[in-house]
Amino acid sequence: MTDYSILSLAKNALNGQVGWAPAWRKPDPKPAYDVVIVGGGGHGLATAHYLAKHHGITNVAVLEKNLIGSGNVGRNTTLVRSNYMLDRTLPFYEHSLKLWEGLSHDLNYNVMFSSRGIINLAHSPGQLDVFRRRANSMLLNGVKAEILGTDQIAEKVPALDVSNAARFPILGGLYQARGGTARHDAVAWGFARSADRRGVDIIEQCEVTGFLKKDGRVVGVSTSRGEIRAKKTAIVVAGSSSHVLQQAGLNNLPIESHVLQAFVSEGLKPVLDVAITFGAGHLYVSQSDKGGLVFGGDLDGYNSYAQRGNLPIAEDVATMLLAMFPAFAKVRMLRSWGGVMDMSMDGQPIIDTGPVPGLYINCGWCYEGFKATPASGYTFAWTIANDAPHELNAPFTLSRFQTGYVLDEKGRGPFPGHH
Amino acid sequence: MIIDCPCCGRRPVSEFSYIGDAEAAKPDMHAPAAEWVKAVYTRTNPRGMHLEHWQHLHGCRQFLKIQRDTLTHEIFSVELVGVYASGEGE
Repeated sequence: MTDYSILSLAKNALNGQVGWAPAWRKPDPKPAYDVVIVGGGGHGLATAHYLAKHHGITNVAVLEKNLIGSGNVGRNTTLVRSNYMLDRTLPFYEHSLKLWEGLSHDLNYNVMFSSRGIINLAHSPGQLDVFRRRANSMLLNGVKAEILGTDQIAEKVPALDVSNAARFPILGGLYQARGGTARHDAVAWGFARSADRRGVDIIEQCEVTGFLKKDGRVVGVSTSRGEIRAKKTAIVVAGSSSHVLQQAGLNNLPIESHVLQAFVSEGLKPVLDVAITFGAGHLYVSQSDKGGLVFGGDLDGYNSYAQRGNLPIAEDVATMLLAMFPAFAKVRMLRSWGGVMDMSMDGQPIIDTGPVPGLYINCGWCYEGFKATPASGYTFAWTIANDAPHELNAPFTLSRFQTGYVLDEKGRGPFPGHH
Repeated sequence: MIIDCPCCGRRPVSEFSYIGDAEAAKPDMHAPAAEWVKAVYTRTNPRGMHLEHWQHLHGCRQFLKIQRDTLTHEIFSVELVGVYASGEGE
């Protein structure tokens, strides 16, 4: 398969677009692989890409029960940032952001990463202090962060009312200029194509129904398309983590599955060229290249495996959007969708070996999944290849809930719905 | 989602506050740390039938034990908890 380039574009433009090959094959599963990755979402496909590219492990299958990109990688609001606070989480997200910055070149696939900047608004002195503390923590970790005053915010977001007459007056904001958005489907497709070109089999519509065990070790999976043996079995299935890992005998994970909704408005002329979060509630909004406002807020708030939510949240996010931008009152909502989040007990993920030999787990992503996609794949591939965590994911152990080294960025306690 | 409160009748979900999993029992105060880790930090998180606590916060304020399907959101039973469950609190 040839590289995508300006030449291939020009050639196909003249040829009536008949020269494009499918971006990945549709192979039947082989009876055995070195590594089987369960879950063909962004993280699973990224793991396959980095396993092949950095570790030379190409006898790999990615099993996806549906079509790749039909889960959470296509059900988010596409924000990418690394404005975290803890010394044990920030380097991971910063590494992810650095990978994002070079991802289109790395994959030879335009993921439309756009460093448009992200502003977190503060509406009280206490909130501004918290953002200052976070900015200082970022600076100490070598990540640029700025605290903006209202004048600077008004300059960047002219649609925003920064006066004292606003419903929730704005006092300032935390700004990460390198944050931004990416085209979420392209991320799945780009990683899939890159992994496939290196020899990875991407097997869609193949649901894992059980685990093959021998002498207490996981040696493969049984699927809707037959048994597949593997030296190493990696599980990266987001909201279905508890459901899938239960079949491997893990009945108690520090995870609850919750539904998180996202919304897109009808297309508008350019009005918002940064991503922005509302501090007097919980809302994040950006404008897509196509013109739609993409926004979301809180979880629905109860355990759910349904990829759809209820109306109170739709009303809630619309209310907050209008509190921030009254001018959007006449904008019509185009679509909404729900994704099943694997909410962990401290709001941070688990990327670890075990706890059963032969098994590798990557779950508990909460709200952090999309932005973490490249680093999650990068560190999970490392963990699988070396049977030990990379230094970046060393804090993300399953055992941290026993040892007390939880990674609770905001100190909210062991309530998965609160992270 | 509509919840049929035993005190108030059918009410929209926005009147209710989710408390959490009602399946995990709290261990004894002097139980080993491992049991507390399990109770505080882990969940069975089933895809399907789930027993959970809710509170009718913007209604009768009673705590409720609800049996609900986490895949379809269908509700199978709603009961009062504590002394009210047995009618002793009347």
